[in-house]
Amino acid sequence: MHRSFCLVRKERLELSRLAALEPKSSASTNSATLAQGPEALHPENYSILRRPGLPAATPGRHNARMPRLTALLRRPLPLCLLLGALALLAALNGLAAGPLDLGGADILGSLGLGPAPDPSAAATILQLRLPRVVLGLTVGAALAVSGAAMQGVFRNPLADPGLVGVSSGAALAAVAVIVLGAPLGLAGAPPLIGRWLLPLASFAGAALTTGLVARLSRVEGATQPAQMLLVGLAVNAISGAAIGLLAHVASGSALRALTFWMYGSLGRVGWPEIAATAPAVLLAVLLMPLRGRELNALLLGEAEAAHLGVDVERLKRGLVLLVLLAVGGAVALTGIIAFVGLIVPQLIRLWAGPDHRLLLPASALLGGALLTAADTAARTVAAPLELPIGVLTALIGGPFFIALLLRLRGRGEAW
Amino acid sequence: MKPGMALRADRLRCEAEGRLLLDGVSLELVPGEVHAVLGRNGAGKSTLLRALSGELRPQAGTVQLNGRALAAWTPRQRARQRAVLPQAESLRFGFSVEQVVALGRYACPQHRPEQERDIVLAALRAAGVETLAGRRYPSLSGGERARVQFARVMAQVWEPLPQAEPELGGHARYLLLDEPTASLDLAHQHGCLLQARRFAGAGVGVLAVLHDPNLALRYADRVSVLENGRLTGQGPVREVLTQELLQRTYGLPIELLHTGGEALPVVVAHPREPSLRPPTG
Repeated sequence: MHRSFCLVRKERLELSRLAALEPKSSASTNSATLAQGPEALHPENYSILRRPGLPAATPGRHNARMPRLTALLRRPLPLCLLLGALALLAALNGLAAGPLDLGGADILGSLGLGPAPDPSAAATILQLRLPRVVLGLTVGAALAVSGAAMQGVFRNPLADPGLVGVSSGAALAAVAVIVLGAPLGLAGAPPLIGRWLLPLASFAGAALTTGLVARLSRVEGATQPAQMLLVGLAVNAISGAAIGLLAHVASGSALRALTFWMYGSLGRVGWPEIAATAPAVLLAVLLMPLRGRELNALLLGEAEAAHLGVDVERLKRGLVLLVLLAVGGAVALTGIIAFVGLIVPQLIRLWAGPDHRLLLPASALLGGALLTAADTAARTVAAPLELPIGVLTALIGGPFFIALLLRLRGRGEAW
Repeated sequence: MKPGMALRADRLRCEAEGRLLLDGVSLELVPGEVHAVLGRNGAGKSTLLRALSGELRPQAGTVQLNGRALAAWTPRQRARQRAVLPQAESLRFGFSVEQVVALGRYACPQHRPEQERDIVLAALRAAGVETLAGRRYPSLSGGERARVQFARVMAQVWEPLPQAEPELGGHARYLLLDEPTASLDLAHQHGCLLQARRFAGAGVGVLAVLHDPNLALRYADRVSVLENGRLTGQGPVREVLTQELLQRTYGLPIELLHTGGEALPVVVAHPREPSLRPPTG
């Protein structure tokens, strides 16, 4: 089914196998109705629509001209395999790169796949680099697949958890916990704060801002995308101001932690925090692609999707919940990382089209690969200095976003 | 066809922002017939179609699909029995034309991929857009998009429901078309309604909101005429569409001409405004 939907394949085009043009009739055709109709009803008359000079249906001709390899790589399975290999490559590169030069044998050995390397190499890989790689893959996948899902739900390629205020709401809640946690007496149990309070707070913050934005962007019962972006802008500004206010009253150590939330980093949390939050994020990442077919129908419009048999309200509620889980968790782990959710799905759409059954898993894989690679770059290009990864993604993503807008402008379409 | 198979609206009343959109409108769409809905802009035609499709919940009155309240069917069951062509499309994502039509098969029992594809291509041919199958939807003209959307709704109710499902077994299908001819050229207007007739011939009940009484006369079995949310005429199209009713509905002097050899009269309007008259000698 996947194949037939996504790909126009030339060999399938034999018109001889076409079903008869007539819609299939039920057992009791009402021939009386037909008989009393006007004479123009004769089926031959419809041939006015089949202009004689034109060739038969040639849906495959665009693809036929493409070189074979690119055509192959637009297909779901090969593309996902390629992106999976890319993610694996980014992960291995992330494990190998750094001040301590480590090779393939050290990596395999540390992961228990070969003879044990010397303890310092193993510690570097298992305690310093592997957590970052796991974070990069998980958070990158979460942000990208959430972006793709939000763009589908809002039927707008500019929707992004960051732009509509979800990330900033999560960050505000987390910052509030960091800054106000000690005065309120929550500092008594540091592990608890680190592991559960922060993720829960950022989930709550994400839920609150999403609810707010969704509610304020409804005009006459329907979500208006333009309105949503404006409301998201305002919510971002308000959260930013509140974070600034908190920064003003924060102590020195809280201020450092706070900076991390604003610009993102994959190096702040270790295994305990990852173990507490990443499973929920991964679950959301795995569940979202199951809604691909419904999201495709939703792109036609909410009323149209309902006519096609999609339970639209349930679909939207479920997806927003999954996005909250993924983005709330991602922000709790790494802070705000801009533009991944916006740009990764666009790249996939430009390459392989808007079919969500491919778009969602492919975005997850590419998002994981890109964020892992970006993190490796962020900590190696200016070593021993580490660039904040949010700064890096915004530096690359901002211009890219402008290019997308310019491209959108002239075409009146959204990929 | 079992008795009771129909899409039936009973005394619908719809309001929005204090305005009465529909007032006591009843309508029965029977499998195998084409039912036209006529009326001026804002008369409530689209509201009636939206209420019949379940998109709009009427303040009073009921809609029954094949003898059961519309809301009692699940969205998927409803989708297998009726397809709806909305007045405007808003798809801006770059699906191929073939993919758009395949979206129509969302709720249908899925066949093998080859068969699904055959149905999609046959629906494309039925709408006269088979040459566009590989094109990107956003690059099409307005009329081409309208025909692709028409192909999509035809694909949705292309086949009779399988008898294997006792709950839906043998239930009749319906096509609800909101101004299907609005952006089509003359040839495609007729092509579209011919296709609607064919579906009716195959046992599908077709409801079409139309603006051209000539198309209604030629292709519809029955007609409902709306004025300010109320029915002013309903019944067999040749009996209902009289000169008097058309004049009252459209507020124009109207003449029914019988041209040479044609059994059907042609509806011609004569606007009163002198500047709109053709120059006479």
